[in-house]
Amino acid sequence: MSELQTHAAEIAEQFSDHIDVSTDEIETKLQRLVTEYKVPVDEAKRSVTNSYLDEADIDREELGRGGAESVLVGEIDQDEQWVDVTVNVVELWEPRSDSISQVGLVGDESGRIKFVSFATSELDELEESASYKLSNVVTDEYQGDYSIKLNRTTTITELDEEIEVGDNSTTVEGALVDVQSGSGLIKRCPKEGCTRVLQNGRCSEHGEVDGEFDLRIKAVVDDGHEVHDVIFNRQATEELTGIELEAAKQQAMDALDTTVVADGIREDIVGRYFRITGPTLGRYVLANEFEQLSTPTDTDAILTKVRALQ
Amino acid sequence: MSTDQSVPTREVAQRVFAEEFNAASYTFKESDDDRAPVYALLPTGERANRVFFVGTLTETDDVGEDNEYWQGRIVDPTGTFFVYAGQYQPEAASTLRELEPPAYVAVVGKPRTYETDDGNVTVSVRPESITPVDAATRDRWVAETAERTLERIQAFDDEANEYARMAREQYGEELSTYKQAVVAALESLDDESTDSVESQSETTVDGTPEP
Repeated sequence: MSELQTHAAEIAEQFSDHIDVSTDEIETKLQRLVTEYKVPVDEAKRSVTNSYLDEADIDREELGRGGAESVLVGEIDQDEQWVDVTVNVVELWEPRSDSISQVGLVGDESGRIKFVSFATSELDELEESASYKLSNVVTDEYQGDYSIKLNRTTTITELDEEIEVGDNSTTVEGALVDVQSGSGLIKRCPKEGCTRVLQNGRCSEHGEVDGEFDLRIKAVVDDGHEVHDVIFNRQATEELTGIELEAAKQQAMDALDTTVVADGIREDIVGRYFRITGPTLGRYVLANEFEQLSTPTDTDAILTKVRALQ
Repeated sequence: MSTDQSVPTREVAQRVFAEEFNAASYTFKESDDDRAPVYALLPTGERANRVFFVGTLTETDDVGEDNEYWQGRIVDPTGTFFVYAGQYQPEAASTLRELEPPAYVAVVGKPRTYETDDGNVTVSVRPESITPVDAATRDRWVAETAERTLERIQAFDDEANEYARMAREQYGEELSTYKQAVVAALESLDDESTDSVESQSETTVDGTPEP
């Protein structure tokens, strides 16, 4: 394929959804500009493209649609890509600027992503917990986090189907090498919406309060390459250790010391191997699912490799 | 979580067999700060400020004079780790006091070197924790440590591997003993699994298949 044929094919592809135009016809136009009128190739492409934009009565922006690809939000890892997503609206936030009509989180099975819709785009508003196909949105990146921007060319199709939203969970695997302070039987601030963990009966926000007992584990999982901080909430702690909150309170009362609970937990889990899956919060992985790993990894493959080194 | 920034990065726990660990007599710091971490240089070219190992506790002994100072010998397929715990490691010390050898234990700890009167440097472990574990955990550690050791050997000739360069200067570039240790450790695992088919199949039912 000659260079001009390639360009012609690209242009034809861009217009394929809009008007019926053949690659040959485009190539002839390009040829004429480039060879007869000595127009540079880029300018020729632009000129030919514009002539078809007029014919199809569409905007240049809208051309992106030809290349827009259906993706999962978790797959978005590039800036300024035109994509289609099928999502559920997880939550809407208060826009901080008049130029923004809507901002919030949408998600699909692969996770969640921020979306922004601008007032100038004059789009229909999205409703919380409704599902939509959003065609022709643009990806955006800020400090490693991706979002999608709706724009004038975006089409919004409300869907009847339920879309389950994933929780961006990660899985870590390795030896549990430490149970940190603040684990075991703890007390939380009872003030509404606070739940801070008390230090010596004091909440850092509300001062001395009559705390409520809770169970949790802050652990470190280490695979020899990386360390991960993991939090087991009460339910996960009970499941992992078999110690219920009431039993833990009883242990502490018998010993006149709450630290016996953490000591017992430490003895039960430190030095064992675990695989832990859950969403991340800051530097912590919240242990939603976990299992103890009790069989060695595939040793034959390692043996083969090390023998090959001799 | 405003305190996140001030939390120093935790040092990873290296996986190393006893034979290699006991040869890691060269230690260094990477900054002049008094509190900068001290690293033991592993002969296969990695720095270790912390180690994790699982083995058989074969002997415990209170070697202290005025205060309790517990020594534990912990054996893996390639050699023996020596751990020492005194009044500043109360939990580890009490574990050594109370445990009845032989027992499988998992140890998280820091490498320590000690120069004897005749100029030899011995390498030991100051434990952060010692916990009794089961045979399956021990087998998993052997397989994992074989893999990590193999990875270090494979990376030994990389130009960008500064710890390999240091290891070459300090200990030389002969790694065959560590390759052999990996082979021997894995073979010992195979022997056991054929010897004790019953206990192996039991752990497979309880445990979960590998991904």
